[in-house]
Amino acid sequence: MNLLALERDGANWRLELRGDWSLHALGQIDAELKALPGPITGLLTCDWSAVEHPGIGTVWALLTRLAYLGASQLEIRHEGHPPHTVELLRKLNLELCTTHGRRTVALPNHEGAVAGLGRWTVVQAREARGVLGFFGRIASVLGGVFTHPRALRFPSIVRHLHETGVTAIPIVSLIAFLISVVVAYLGAQQLARFGATIFVVDLVTIAVLREMGVLLTAIIVAGRSGSAFAAEIGVMQLNEETDALRAMGLNPIELLVVPRVIALMIALPLLSIVADAMGLAGGGLLSLVQLHIPPAQFVTRLREALSPTTFWAGLVKAPVFALLIGIVGCYRGMQVRESARELGRMTTMAVVQSIFLVILADAFFAVLFEQMDF
Amino acid sequence: MAPSSKAAQAAADGAADGDGAADAAAPIIRVRGLVNRFGRQIVHDGLNLEVRRNEIMGIVGGSGAGKSVLLHSILGLRRPQAGTVEVYGRDIEQLSPAERLAMVRSYGVTFQNGALISSLTVAQNIQLPLRESYSMSEDALDELVQLNLSLVGLAPDAATKYPAQLSGGMVKRAALARALSLEPKLLFLDEPTSGLDPISASDFDALLLYLHGELKLTVVMITHDLDSLFRTCDRVSVIVGGHMVTDTLPGILDNADPWIHEYFHGPRARAAESAVADAHG
Repeated sequence: MNLLALERDGANWRLELRGDWSLHALGQIDAELKALPGPITGLLTCDWSAVEHPGIGTVWALLTRLAYLGASQLEIRHEGHPPHTVELLRKLNLELCTTHGRRTVALPNHEGAVAGLGRWTVVQAREARGVLGFFGRIASVLGGVFTHPRALRFPSIVRHLHETGVTAIPIVSLIAFLISVVVAYLGAQQLARFGATIFVVDLVTIAVLREMGVLLTAIIVAGRSGSAFAAEIGVMQLNEETDALRAMGLNPIELLVVPRVIALMIALPLLSIVADAMGLAGGGLLSLVQLHIPPAQFVTRLREALSPTTFWAGLVKAPVFALLIGIVGCYRGMQVRESARELGRMTTMAVVQSIFLVILADAFFAVLFEQMDF
Repeated sequence: MAPSSKAAQAAADGAADGDGAADAAAPIIRVRGLVNRFGRQIVHDGLNLEVRRNEIMGIVGGSGAGKSVLLHSILGLRRPQAGTVEVYGRDIEQLSPAERLAMVRSYGVTFQNGALISSLTVAQNIQLPLRESYSMSEDALDELVQLNLSLVGLAPDAATKYPAQLSGGMVKRAALARALSLEPKLLFLDEPTSGLDPISASDFDALLLYLHGELKLTVVMITHDLDSLFRTCDRVSVIVGGHMVTDTLPGILDNADPWIHEYFHGPRARAAESAVADAHG
């Protein structure tokens, strides 16, 4: 059923309106209004007598469309119990047309590729400066610790040590154990072809201690604690808690960032040791079950495979990874502004960037140790 | 739109559109024997409330007296331990899910801090309930945004801004624009003037009176703002000790309850009252 019908009435126009004019019908009314021929000039009479449940939006759509079709040369009259809102809406519509023009929703401005590149460069440069400044502020707090040991916030460090370290032990252990089993299993299959299955012990020992123990731990911690840092600090930013700290003369870097970073730098090496132990245990178990190497023989072989630096080559990377994860997480958290979406975006960014940086640093260490013959 | 919910919508519309002297005094909302407890703490202890068509009802109470809990109970966001809530003469507990949805969509609600979705622009916030409830073209949606912004007195360029870019007063207005977008007959406002400067608060009162008059809205407003209360409300309900005392403003002013007396005759209340009296006189 058509909800409106336009008829010529001598020199004038007559618009019959009928049916349900509630907001439900706006889709249909809008389509029918768009189909009206234009322009219409002279006198138009709207007959409302057959209309049920007139809404506000539908009347608005009608008036807006008529104002568009008739420009200023159309006089509109309403008869047959027009809804009480007609007068109000007519006034509003007139105001909107005269003061602001018809289309006011701005289109997004399209930038050229060059402008985009320039903008990106500036953003990246600012970002780099921001991170450097952030690092500097952390360093200055740490420098102050020598004269004011209280600035180290010992209770806070302990709390974060528990949250980032102790509670991560189960997941880190499980993953190190399982990955090590997988590596040993695959390695054993390959080495069996040369009748050299005993070298599985060398494979597991070197892979776990030098690389996988610390790297896996760092990635798990980046996912767990890096995101937690960003989210915690980000919510504090949204609630203006960090501003409140500053206003009270307290340094949010000292209170929020440094304890987290220090706690992580203590926790990550310890977690790496746990991961190393669990990894070796996993390798040992698989050797026993699959290759029938008894534990005593596994340990003897393990000692032969170890060079004095193997363990330390892995462990020395842990504090560096911790520093990267902690700084990126806290920095992204401090960058949260204004909205919940920003919080999500920054948390995601914290995890992605810290994992990327950890792997980049790991590659750097690999080359460095190779050159040093470490 | 399912037929049953459309029927409920029509019933709600019909109930709200009906004129006549006898009809005008019939309550739109009737809360009876409402009991709300949190653990051992009793918030509402058999609370009764009636809101009549086309009035502005102010709800007042001390901090923790259960104003917001009452609002949540009426909106169906919280199930009370006992008591019934009837809206348009129907118990909201008895409604089918579809009828309930139609009922909720016939309300407009603003929350204390605006509760605009922070990742959406003002225009998208206003369109959000419209998009979910109706199918209409983008042009029609844009026009409705302009309509709702004009109704609450915001400039059209506010449409493309994010909530974080708005001032406190603009957030309240934008929240009201979103509440009005589904063309409610019944409007719930939770502290609409809190956190506003006196000029913005007074503008908001004027806006509320204007919309109440033009759109024939029934308004339930929780407020601590005495100026606002004196200026806009037809009747006032005070929550005292888990019960509700409802009266017209002069009636409430003469009430003998010590807390109510303190509330309406404290130093700030006297100042607000005399200011309103001056303005009217």
